[in-house]
Amino acid sequence: MIINGVTIDDTFAEAFGMRGTRVLITAQNLTWAYNAANAMTGFATSVIACGVEAGIEREMTPDETPDGRPGVSVLLFAMGSAVLMKQLETRLGQCVLTCPTAAAFSGIEGGDRINLGKNLRFFGDGFQISKQFGGKRYWRVPVMDGEFLTEEKTGMVRAVGGGNFLVLAESQPQALAACEAAIVAMKKLPNVIMPFPGGVVRSGSKVGSKYKTLIASTNDAFCPTLKGITRTDLSPEIESVMEIVIDGLTDKDVREATRVGIKAACELGAANGIKRISAGNYGGKLGQFQFHLREIMSGEAA
Amino acid sequence: MSALTLTLKAPLTQRVDCSPLTPDFLAGKSLSEIASIALHSGNRKLRVDALFDLTGDDSSNIIIQNSSAKLDFLGSKMQSGSLTVHGDAGSYLGFQMKKGEITVHGNAHAYAASGMAGGIMHVNGNVGDYLAAAIPGDRKGMKGGTVIITGNAGDRAGDQMRRGIVLIEGNAGAYCASRMLAGTIGVLGSVGDYAGFGMRRGTLLLFQTPKLHATLQDCGSHTLPYLKLMFKAFQALPSRFAAIDNTRVRRYAGDLACDGKGEILVFG
Repeated sequence: MIINGVTIDDTFAEAFGMRGTRVLITAQNLTWAYNAANAMTGFATSVIACGVEAGIEREMTPDETPDGRPGVSVLLFAMGSAVLMKQLETRLGQCVLTCPTAAAFSGIEGGDRINLGKNLRFFGDGFQISKQFGGKRYWRVPVMDGEFLTEEKTGMVRAVGGGNFLVLAESQPQALAACEAAIVAMKKLPNVIMPFPGGVVRSGSKVGSKYKTLIASTNDAFCPTLKGITRTDLSPEIESVMEIVIDGLTDKDVREATRVGIKAACELGAANGIKRISAGNYGGKLGQFQFHLREIMSGEAA
Repeated sequence: MSALTLTLKAPLTQRVDCSPLTPDFLAGKSLSEIASIALHSGNRKLRVDALFDLTGDDSSNIIIQNSSAKLDFLGSKMQSGSLTVHGDAGSYLGFQMKKGEITVHGNAHAYAASGMAGGIMHVNGNVGDYLAAAIPGDRKGMKGGTVIITGNAGDRAGDQMRRGIVLIEGNAGAYCASRMLAGTIGVLGSVGDYAGFGMRRGTLLLFQTPKLHATLQDCGSHTLPYLKLMFKAFQALPSRFAAIDNTRVRRYAGDLACDGKGEILVFG
């Protein structure tokens, strides 16, 4: 399959079942909503060392938020419910409770109900106040700028993490340009985040290492500087490979993000040095979900 | 199906306990079965059809016509459906009500919404003392739900109230929100002396600065973001509170003689 001169590999991305949740963060203005949300989703690129993968889903206008202030919605994903709940609580406590004017609300109505501000209320040292409206409990915690307002619970759902595709290009700037274009298009979609810096990851990994203590190491088959000395997956003209990892609330969301991202990358085409699109997998043995690139892009091929 | 309508035949001389006349209790009963239900009145038992003319068949939607202030316990322990009262209601209106809707086109007497745990009560008129309060012997008053009073409320509105929302569009008497445990009471008009007396927690929303006793203390003026949520929730209510959108308040906290975690918020 070739789209605009870009070869789509006959392979698939392998993704995992995760637990996901959404939190709405509002503040006096978007700047301060972003300050809280950026802190909360910081150091959350990969579950390997960060506990959660998190990112900002989108901005919200005042008429969309519970308290009528501007805000952003944040998605968090983890491999299990226990770690997700723990990370949600610590991140909310350190990043939103601390942020001037910020408030936090549930972003998922259904699902399993997990604690949002339920335990943060104890920061109020007995001066916290509970209020129930419309069947939802909120906490008012007195803080130095006024009151920290948070909903008690949010929803946790079964989600999909680790969807991905690789962009193989003739130069590093061209690979990055294609990934930037893909991210711009993918950020318009609901229910997904691309958790790595700027949405793009350059250090794709393989399972195992020559060092006994490491469970994963650099994916040498896709390292362009090792083309001549390893069992490479790269043809001679490929000089740079970058990956976009996608976490979404459902496999449909990840599928759609994959399609939109690859389409945007392919629009730059072979003329701009984009040669191949591939994907990372583990032979289909580890993940519950497979996203076959050619099947996803079947509607896009000319 | 038309609403089950009970029209009071004649003025009452003795009080009547109407607690069986709820949608839940009457569900599935024929008109003749309903007519034979005994209602306690003093030391006597009276058949429903001795007091009321009955028409209609939809017992999930009960209408009391020509109602009297001697009809006590209307909508008591109600769990579903609706009860509409044309005329006055006696004491204990919606006593320990759990769900459903009560509408009164008239006044209600003492202990309206006492022990209420859910549902909505709308009184288009005045209510007596002890609105949403605990009856003697109970330690908690209203525990949930929404109460809208378009007129005035008597003394001790919200006494020992535990949860829920009480909105009074007129004035409230003395000791409003006394011994309150939690929940929200709003009063558009004035309140009498000793508002918030013995208040432990909970919120009293006022629109006129009340005369406060010494153990309620001024905490200054604030813009509270939670008020936005609250008034948004009120927007769906058939009340003058639905039109309010103000987050600027003066906060008085107390009663410091009783824990002091309650608050009186006065809108500027």
